[in-house]
Amino acid sequence: MAKLHVELVTAEGRVLSQEADFVVAPGSAGELGVLPHHIPLLTTLRPGEVMVRNEGVEEYLFVSGGFLEVLPDRVVILADAAERADEIDLARAEAARRAAEEALSARASDAEAAAKLERALYRLRVAEVRRRRRSHEQHL
Amino acid sequence: MASLRDLRRRIRSVANTQKITKAMELVSASKLRRAQERMESARPYAEELAGIMSELMRRTPEYRHPYLAVRPVQHRCLILVTSDRGLVGALNANSLRLALQEMSGETPTAVVTIGRRGRDVMRRLRKPLIADISNYGDRPTLADILPAVRVARQQFDEGLVDQIDLVYARFVSVSRHDPVLQRVLPLEPPAAAPAVRSLFEYEPEARDVLDALLPRYAEAQVYRAVLENIASEQAARIVAMHSASENATDLIESLTLTANKVRQTTITTELMEVVSGAGALAG
Repeated sequence: MAKLHVELVTAEGRVLSQEADFVVAPGSAGELGVLPHHIPLLTTLRPGEVMVRNEGVEEYLFVSGGFLEVLPDRVVILADAAERADEIDLARAEAARRAAEEALSARASDAEAAAKLERALYRLRVAEVRRRRRSHEQHL
Repeated sequence: MASLRDLRRRIRSVANTQKITKAMELVSASKLRRAQERMESARPYAEELAGIMSELMRRTPEYRHPYLAVRPVQHRCLILVTSDRGLVGALNANSLRLALQEMSGETPTAVVTIGRRGRDVMRRLRKPLIADISNYGDRPTLADILPAVRVARQQFDEGLVDQIDLVYARFVSVSRHDPVLQRVLPLEPPAAAPAVRSLFEYEPEARDVLDALLPRYAEAQVYRAVLENIASEQAARIVAMHSASENATDLIESLTLTANKVRQTTITTELMEVVSGAGALAG
C-alpha cells in the first residue's frame, strides 16, 4: 500500500520525519485528513492537533499554527514556534521595547561608569606591562 | 628592578591565565560544533518557506503585498546582531563599525539590538534604540528572537520606517567571519524554485497564504542571522583564545629567561663576595 512521507519542520529543526498511512491536520478552513495520492494542496493551519497514523499507531502533536503542504507522496508541516500566539508575542515585544527604554534611561550611571572603569583598568594594565618590559630590559 | 620572587610570582600568574584561555578555547570549539549543527537544522524550514513563497509569487504576480513593495526610504530600522559576551577579538567591533557607518548617512535610523555588546554601544552613543533582546544564550529559540523582529515589523507596518536592515557576522570559516548588511523588509524575493508546485490547490486563497507566509519568512531570516552570529562568535573566541595562549607561552619564556639571569647574577655576586672575603683573610 502507498505510504506518505510526513515531515514536521519548525524554525529550530526537524521534529518529525517518518512514514505514515494517514495524517490529520487542523487546516484554517477546517480539519483536514490526508491519505496517499491526495491532490497537491497548500493551506494555513490554525492552532490544534496533528495526528499521524502509521500501521495502526497514532501519534499526536500540537501545532500553534503554520502551513501544510501536501504533495502526492509527501506531507510537509511547517509549524510555528509555540509562542507565536499573538498575545504572548505582543507581551514579549513590549518587554523588548521596555528593555531598550531602560537601557537608554540608565544613562551615565551604569553603562558609562562600567565603560570608564574598563578603560581605566585597561590603561593600568598597559602601563604595568610597559613597566615590566622596561624592568626586564634593564637586566638584559 | 624586579626581584626574583616577583618574577616567579608573575610567571605563575601568567601560567594560570594560560590555563583559563586554553580551557576557553576548548569550550568554544565544542560550542562551535553545536552552533553549526543548529544552523544546519534551521535550514529545512527556511528552504521550504522560500520554495513556497517563490511559487506563490509566481501564481499571483499582480498582488503586491506591502512587504514586497519598495518605497522611498525616509526612515530606516537597523537590526544589529552582536554577541552577549566579549573575548571574541574584533567580531563585535567589525559589526558595529558597519552598523554605525550605515547609520551615519542622512536617513534617520532606529536600532533594534540583539545581543548585549551592541546594545551597550548604542546606549553609550545615545542612538535611538527601540528594542533590545539580550542574554539570548547559546541556543535561542525562534520565540526568543521574535519580539525584536516584531517591534521592527510594527514600525514598518505603521509606516514609521520604510526599510529594515540586518547587520550580523556571517560565518565563513573558523578564521573568517565577515560583518554583512542584509535587507529584511521589503523582502528580497528568493530565486525561483523548480515548478513542482504549480498544480497546487490553495486554502483559503493563494494570497491569504502569502500574507501569512511573508512575515514568517522575514522572521526566519533574522533567526538564521542570529544562529550564524553565534557560530561566528564561538569561532572568533577560539581564535582569540588561541592567540592569547600563544602570547602567554611567549611571555612565560621571556620571564623565565629574565628570572634565570637574575638568579645567576645573584649567585655570581655572592660568590665574588665569598672569594674576596677569603682573599682578604688570607692576605
